[in-house]
Amino acid sequence: MQNHPVFFDNDPQSEASTLNLGPTHPATHGVFQNVLQIDGERILSGVSTIGYIHRAFEKIAEHRPYYQITPLTDRLNYCSSPINNMGWHMTVEKLAGIKTPKRVDYMRIIIMELARIADHIVCNAILGVDTGALTGFTYMMQWREKIYEIYEEVCGSRLTTNIGRIGGFERNFNHIAFAKIRSFVKEYPAVLKEFESLFNRNRIFVDRTRGVAPVTPETALSYSWSGPILRATGIDYDVRAMEPYSSYEDFDFEVPVGDNGDVYSRFLVRNEEMWQSLRLIEQALNKIEKEPSDIFHADVPEFFLPPKEEVYNNMEALIYHFKIVMGEVEVPATELYHAVEGANGELGFYLVSDGGRSPYRLHFRRPSFINYQMYAPMSAGMLLSDAIINMSSLNVIAGELDA
Amino acid sequence: MGKITNQEVLDKIAEKFNDQVTLTGEAYGLLTVETGREQIIDLLTFLKTDAALQFVFLTDITAIHYPEQEKPIGVIYHLHSLVNNVRIRIKVFMHDGDTHIPTATPLWDGANWMERETYDFFGVIFDGHPDLRRILNVDDMTVFPMRREYPLEDPNRVDKKDFYFGR
Repeated sequence: MQNHPVFFDNDPQSEASTLNLGPTHPATHGVFQNVLQIDGERILSGVSTIGYIHRAFEKIAEHRPYYQITPLTDRLNYCSSPINNMGWHMTVEKLAGIKTPKRVDYMRIIIMELARIADHIVCNAILGVDTGALTGFTYMMQWREKIYEIYEEVCGSRLTTNIGRIGGFERNFNHIAFAKIRSFVKEYPAVLKEFESLFNRNRIFVDRTRGVAPVTPETALSYSWSGPILRATGIDYDVRAMEPYSSYEDFDFEVPVGDNGDVYSRFLVRNEEMWQSLRLIEQALNKIEKEPSDIFHADVPEFFLPPKEEVYNNMEALIYHFKIVMGEVEVPATELYHAVEGANGELGFYLVSDGGRSPYRLHFRRPSFINYQMYAPMSAGMLLSDAIINMSSLNVIAGELDA
Repeated sequence: MGKITNQEVLDKIAEKFNDQVTLTGEAYGLLTVETGREQIIDLLTFLKTDAALQFVFLTDITAIHYPEQEKPIGVIYHLHSLVNNVRIRIKVFMHDGDTHIPTATPLWDGANWMERETYDFFGVIFDGHPDLRRILNVDDMTVFPMRREYPLEDPNRVDKKDFYFGR
């Protein structure tokens, strides 16, 4: 057991040299450091160093009441924070035995699928940038902006959303939010179509990505990969289909899979997932129409803050308000694991409760952390430029990697 | 739901391991068993390779610390059988000061960083691990910060003291 990072002791006779890729470099999109031993442009071996933005969320979570943990989850995968928020709400709801109304489930699905699209936009557009195609990025970024405007309409913030509450949403979607969602669903297919025609059969892009970093299904499973990069190898594991949460079982959608797990199939899988997300949002919008329009949270006064008017004029509401804010809500002493399909893999929450106001132990199963560990071993033998696009296509988010 | 029930999984385990593996709960439908570190690798190998079970997906490895217990440090494995869509949770508890457990890296490459993280935060030593170093914390840290005895913040710091409400 050694407590120091391994650096390569270069033999003066050899042609190899050591290169620090990261921790801060525009091509790495975040704080990633890989110490590479390279021979010319070919990588001989590499060591990943992570933890630069470790913020001890698991320790902090042991000292916070349940509702104050939501903002911590924002800062995991900050490209799709609503999925993390919803995943956490659903974990607490499962712990407390709260059943959410269908309308809440459908609202959540709309927001989660928008978040998935936003995440995939960033990943695929930046993959384009890394291969030298800036056009797709500049074009797609404004559509992520439109998704952020929808978040803003629903919860007031954009990146670290803290969207929703335990039991539902903090407020109902207003008509502007619905109008924005509808116009997004109407206009985005043409954009995505155009993005696909810009890339899918683009000779330069295909030559740069096809056959780069192929991964067999066996290797991917052995490294516990999940999410689009696992599906790109041909394994159809999607938490939404396997263990439906938030009423995904009511929806008709497909789980796209790739064939050889290279960068190109990961790109295609993500694009196809955006189409499926659009399908899901459309279905959810139709389903919501059939539900009573004033329901936006479950009837759980011990978890969901009452309206301020009630707090000032009604004693029970005041008591509940006080108990929630002070974190004095009753939860059973037990343990559970709840997983959601995050934008880059299975995001799991392992929660151990002793009945107290904060979790006894909370562990995040962070897909980026688990997906990224294969990066250094798989880079061996690769060209440096291929390693860069391989990192983009893994969609590793530094916040989630380091928790 | 899954193609095999928790009871069938449990029967299969009991058939092979008799009383070395004990059922500790089934909260929220997730089968939870406890075993000792002597047979943990045998159990994981059996669960992974048995044709009917096929727990091929290692979801997570983490640990927990109960300072009051006789065996305070527990390592927790979550496995997932993708074919049967069943999950299982396995716990191994160990005495403080003797937190050695065999590594699962020969079974899953992905166990590497999960075990490093568990070592980093709880000081569990995975015997046979190829590269057991700290992963998220600084290399020269001397403590295992997720153990319960370490407070979130230094309790002696004065800059955040509040005259009326204390800390």
